[in-house]
Amino acid sequence: MGNVLELRNIRKSFNTELVLSDLSLVVQEHTATVLIGASGSGKSTLLRCINLLESIDDGQILLDGQEISDPKINVDEIRRKLGMVFQSFNLFPHKTVLENITLAPVKVQGTSLEEARSIGIALLTRFGLLDKSDQYPDRLSGGQQQRVAIIRSLAVNPRLLLLDEVTSALDPVLVNEVLSIVRDLKQDGMTMVLATHEMGFATQVADQVCFLEGGNILERGSAIEVLENPKNPATVEFLKRVHQAGRL
Amino acid sequence: MTERINSAWSPSPRELERRGQRRALNRRQVIIAAASTSLVLGTLILILVNSPGWSVVKATFFDVKYGQEVFPTVIRGMWVNIQLSFIGGICIAVIALGLALLRTTKSPTLTPFRFLATAYVDIFRGAPLLLIILLVGFGVPALRLQGVTSNVMFLGTVAVVLTYSAYVAEVIRSGILSIHPSQRAAARSLGLTSGQTMRYVVLPQAIRRVIPPLLNDFVSLLKDTGLVSILGVTDAVRAAQINASRTFNYTPYVVAAILFLLVTIPMTRYTDRVIRRRTDRQSAEGVI
Repeated sequence: MGNVLELRNIRKSFNTELVLSDLSLVVQEHTATVLIGASGSGKSTLLRCINLLESIDDGQILLDGQEISDPKINVDEIRRKLGMVFQSFNLFPHKTVLENITLAPVKVQGTSLEEARSIGIALLTRFGLLDKSDQYPDRLSGGQQQRVAIIRSLAVNPRLLLLDEVTSALDPVLVNEVLSIVRDLKQDGMTMVLATHEMGFATQVADQVCFLEGGNILERGSAIEVLENPKNPATVEFLKRVHQAGRL
Repeated sequence: MTERINSAWSPSPRELERRGQRRALNRRQVIIAAASTSLVLGTLILILVNSPGWSVVKATFFDVKYGQEVFPTVIRGMWVNIQLSFIGGICIAVIALGLALLRTTKSPTLTPFRFLATAYVDIFRGAPLLLIILLVGFGVPALRLQGVTSNVMFLGTVAVVLTYSAYVAEVIRSGILSIHPSQRAAARSLGLTSGQTMRYVVLPQAIRRVIPPLLNDFVSLLKDTGLVSILGVTDAVRAAQINASRTFNYTPYVVAAILFLLVTIPMTRYTDRVIRRRTDRQSAEGVI
């Protein structure tokens, strides 16, 4: 098992606000890394930096040993290897479900439309959304939209999947249908980095849990180590608050 | 959506009662609407017909026989307006789209063109159309350039296209800017280049959003094509004017106005319908 992703001393600020400072992280192949932490702790920013949607101020990002934080790198080529799913789904409203899924394979990877469609149909069938293939996103429930968004990012066969609080915009009933897809992907051996507030889910899928606060990882380890026997007082405090909110 | 309607269902007595009440309510509303409409319109017509100058106005503005007589000349002029609008409209769409894309690009190679596009929009949006028509219509032939036509209809169209491209470019640009950055982020994260993102994700949504204001511009364009008459082109307004000044009967103006409305009103209704149909198909909001 190799390292798919390696972050070395990442620093990122927006104007005067320091969002990530001296953050390092290693993600091995076929593992799921779960980022937890309060809103504003830098989880989303970290994911956006990995996907090169934000540029970092210092440090290095390595994907399969290649430094992708190099300014000379072709960002489009790197992003092809990285799937990203957003909190707010971000499906393309003017395209049907199937068109949303086939756009990148056809335009980016040069797959024929026929092949892309059959890949899309297969994925939709697998996740129980085949009857929605010709619908427009606005007609779907939030859970269905997010599942389509996950399928869309899978259609390009990413090396690493980044999931940014994919259930935060959903009601508790819909959360489960989305999380079950993520569980399936974990079974398939997909390498993932995910930010989430669902602690129970984190316990189930995480090979590694990182607690972020103030732009750095204060505590990391297995789900049992971090979520059940936290050592850092800040982690204890955070988990207590999550528990009080009834999300554990 | 996918649920099948149960065929065994028949409305309950309460539902039937409700439907009866709704029907009664509807009937009442129709009666009220009809009564209020005829009252308001009737009053307006009475005021018009009973005004002291009505007989004179009727004879000089609504002379049906004279209207029929001038109709062929006015409609020939109208054909000029329509041609100018459609040919100009196509040129405007192409140029405006280019300008809007140039103004929103971040590509370093295109930087000088971005500045030029901004300057172009500033100038042609700010200067009165009439001035541009005069400058192009009289200025270009005065240069006596080889191979450049002095056809006033052509030059007039060029002037209109120059000005309207600037307006339309700004409308399209505002549409592009109105698309949420998360759409761009989603497209880029899939590996689409910035050009592909614009072409397949941003622009289709932006254009849809600006169709109503663009239609507005198209109606203005149709009317503003009349301004090329100052170069000597006989459009509908000019044709009406010639006839009116010959006889001091102003019916040709009314004929021209009706012709303009006959083009613009169906066009507006048609576009509204197209937009509504698309919204119905793509959104779950329903008709509000």
